[in-house]
Amino acid sequence: MMKKILLAMPALVAVVLGGFLFWGLNPDRDPNAIPSALVSEPVPDFELPPVESTQTPGLSAAALRSIGEPVLVNVFASWCVPCRAEHAVLTRLVEQDGVRLMGINYMDKPADAANWLEELGNPYERIGSDSEGRVGIEWGISGVPETFVIDANGIVVYRYVGPIVTPEAQDEIRAALAAAGGQS
Amino acid sequence: MKSWLYSLVLMLAATTAAWAVEPDELLDDPVLESRARELSKQLRCVVCQNQDIDSSNAGVARTMRTLLRERLIAGETNDEIIAFFVDRYGDFVLFRPRLKPATYLLWFGPAVLFAVGIGVVFVTIRCRSRAVLDGTADPLSPDEEREFEAIFHENEGRRDP
Amino acid sequence: MTPEIGQFALTLALAVAIVQSILPIVGASTGRVLWMESAKTTAVLQVTLVAIAFGALMRSFVVSDFTVRNVVENSHSLKPMIFKVAGTWGSHEGSLVLWTFILVLFGAGVALLGRNIPVGLKARTLSVQAWISVGFLSFMLFTSNPFERVFPPPLDGTDLNPLLQDIGLAMHPPLLYFGYVGFSIVFSFAVAALIEGRVDPAWARWVRPWTLTAWISLTAGIALGSWWAYYELGWGGWWFWDPVENASFMPWLLGTALLHSAIVTEKRDTFKSWTILLAILTFSLSLLGTFIVRSGILTSVHAFAVDPARGVYILGLLGVTIVGSLTLYAWRAPQLGSGGVFRPISREAGLLLNNLLLATATATVLFGTLYPLFVEAVTDEKISVGPPYFNATFIPFMLPLVIIMGIGPFLSWKRADLPGIWQRLRLVFGIAIGVAGIVWYLQTDGPLLAVVSIGIAAWVFVATLREWALRIKLFDLPLSQSLRRARNLPRAAHGMTLAHLGVAMLVLGFVGSTAWKEERVLFAEPGTTVEIAGFEVIFDGVERLRGPNYIAQQGQLRVLKDGREITLLRPERRNYPVAGTSTTESAIRSTLRGDLYVTISEPATEKASGQWNLRILYEPLVNWIWIGATMLVLGGSLSLSDRRLRVGAPSPKSRSSALQPAE
Repeated sequence: MMKKILLAMPALVAVVLGGFLFWGLNPDRDPNAIPSALVSEPVPDFELPPVESTQTPGLSAAALRSIGEPVLVNVFASWCVPCRAEHAVLTRLVEQDGVRLMGINYMDKPADAANWLEELGNPYERIGSDSEGRVGIEWGISGVPETFVIDANGIVVYRYVGPIVTPEAQDEIRAALAAAGGQS
Repeated sequence: MKSWLYSLVLMLAATTAAWAVEPDELLDDPVLESRARELSKQLRCVVCQNQDIDSSNAGVARTMRTLLRERLIAGETNDEIIAFFVDRYGDFVLFRPRLKPATYLLWFGPAVLFAVGIGVVFVTIRCRSRAVLDGTADPLSPDEEREFEAIFHENEGRRDP
Repeated sequence: MTPEIGQFALTLALAVAIVQSILPIVGASTGRVLWMESAKTTAVLQVTLVAIAFGALMRSFVVSDFTVRNVVENSHSLKPMIFKVAGTWGSHEGSLVLWTFILVLFGAGVALLGRNIPVGLKARTLSVQAWISVGFLSFMLFTSNPFERVFPPPLDGTDLNPLLQDIGLAMHPPLLYFGYVGFSIVFSFAVAALIEGRVDPAWARWVRPWTLTAWISLTAGIALGSWWAYYELGWGGWWFWDPVENASFMPWLLGTALLHSAIVTEKRDTFKSWTILLAILTFSLSLLGTFIVRSGILTSVHAFAVDPARGVYILGLLGVTIVGSLTLYAWRAPQLGSGGVFRPISREAGLLLNNLLLATATATVLFGTLYPLFVEAVTDEKISVGPPYFNATFIPFMLPLVIIMGIGPFLSWKRADLPGIWQRLRLVFGIAIGVAGIVWYLQTDGPLLAVVSIGIAAWVFVATLREWALRIKLFDLPLSQSLRRARNLPRAAHGMTLAHLGVAMLVLGFVGSTAWKEERVLFAEPGTTVEIAGFEVIFDGVERLRGPNYIAQQGQLRVLKDGREITLLRPERRNYPVAGTSTTESAIRSTLRGDLYVTISEPATEKASGQWNLRILYEPLVNWIWIGATMLVLGGSLSLSDRRLRVGAPSPKSRSSALQPAE
């Protein structure tokens, strides 16, 4: 009996392993995605100066906490191609939905960022210039663009990795903002 | 799929001319520097496919290396520095998984497997020799007996003086 | 027209494979000789048809036929010819054609060369092999057609990845595939034996040359890949524990176990069901590797372009093959019977321990590779398992393995005489301790484990030599008689000696280049002098060069030892404008003592303008890794050429062969 169980073990192990592999094939699963350690934590402490030669003020944790309503924080850079596509969507969210949008300009040369904003327009209320990328690490970002929803109490409630371009992505952001507003 | 493509684009964008750890990042103190190198081999670059931050040429990896060294200079322990990155990126950032219930199987599995293997082997050998003693197994054939003796004697003959 | 011929050939091959998967095996169970012998024709037909398809695809690459999507995506008219040819297997689809070609090649090999194999076993084996080719041919035709056309054809191809335009990398996949697809025939033999319900020493002897052939190529393929990573990637590292590397390493580890356990089956008619299990699992791991590389299920630096539909198909294929064969195993293995008895101290027990260690090491690698997936599935949390884990868990199984490798060949079958062995190994043990002591005295800064490992390498080396000397009675008899004995010794015995010596060399290389590696990373202006490992390296400046499809910045470095110039190193930073990428070409001064390894690049910060980023490494003993790997390959080949094993040679039915120690 023992021997029979022993001989059947390899087949059993193979079946279990196969189950995991099948689960792993789920097309919605992205093996490269990193879950955020920040969601449901307070905004990390940081203070960033404005982007040089722009009129937009800089961004800090204190500023984010003092707003008192849900707000969107978008991490962007002029060298990031998908950010360009996302820019129009963010502008529309600000102009049509009245979303309050803050920006973190990540590992960018200030002059490039200023040109970029000049060319495409500036939907951001405040922009912090994170030219060395340190604050990016505080936020645990794994690339640009990334967008966070902060509720009225300064708690990070949602994170979106990648450009917000598809209608589904926009709906997710709106829903997250609405949920953040409902809580406060 | 889309997100995969996106991360690829991102990676290319974030790639600079740099190659792994850069000279201007190195610390003057050789002891601290060697700790820095050791730690940065345990931390995973968060935008790369499967690389530690020590050998990665991505911008984020460079920033992580710089932060790591600043913390070393500030006198933090290795554990404190690792905790700093884990707080921000979760356990994903560790190439050497921490010991916790979810990783018990990972860390102890191989040793347990080996122990079980030894056990099975031991039981098998003993069962077989007992079967021979009981006469339930085939006894040695005369040929085998002779061969056995031959080996035995050969060994004895070979023994160094 | 050519692509259509290729596609037609593949379709025909599928039809032939279906015939071969049914006729011979049915013939074997109903006793129809003609049906059984049809396998020979169909196996040859299959290999011809797949060769035609492979040739057709290669032609499309050689003439840069940009009406074929695969060529468009994986070639460019500016590529040097050799890399156009290598482009044939550079993509998922193309490499699958190569995969299948090797699969049917091994089938045809057994059909044509395995003259001494009983007709029933051969027929069943070839049918099983055909089941696998039905799986892969249909996979190719339904999900990954290499001959798909594109309209309108573009003017030129899109791929020119310069990193991959390297002869080492071009040759790496064929060797690797030859190895791990080669294990398919061993798998087929095992399944056929299970169907017959009989495994005996003769079976082990028929299978042995095929196992060896696969193992030799896999060894060579892995070594070549590691060598390529060493000189091309610019870090001076040779192993990264990446999931895709692990995918080829696991079948190698288990294949090594199989090679050893099959010896026991061959010589002692025991370990039968274990050998069968290893044969099944080794090929299963090859299949798993194929799945990992092509499904994108894990993050890796070198995976193919990913498509979930393909993943599902391969997983289905995997499921049927692996679960099917293991279920058959669970059902039939009890009928194989257990073999002879042996003592806990005997060659059988030694080889069993070898197998246990290798199998556990394989499980460790498998576990570490897939564990992030398990954790994600169960807890939805993401973790990483990287080199620090593998080094910490893998090495503790390898060191004992290397230690017993020194003793193993001294053990006699059934019951070994431990005091007698100690008598003969006393001196060897002393030498190993002595070597470790000297290393410890000379190298005060390395980790203790490195010193211990060097001692272990010395132990295996001297013990293996001692065993060989005892066999030919070197020093006991006059030299001429010893040499005659050496000539009369079976080649397989020399093969084992050479391979085990190779392992000692491998350990030496691993330890040297890891524990005592030196590194200088600096910004340098022309005229800068760097001292490393007793060398003086003078940076003379950078020249701009123009290559066929790149622009390079070539650094000039003079290397001095004791004030005398010994060599000039020219590392390059190449920029490929068409591909839009750059590569680092390292410059290496190779000696048996160690490699001086230099790379150059532009500094990332603007503060260091006018300067160059130099990385100078000294890797002691690193070449012994490749020397060791070469000795493994040569040892395996020597063993393969043994008259007693030569494919098709009549097997000598002498009792004395059972007395010969395992090789």
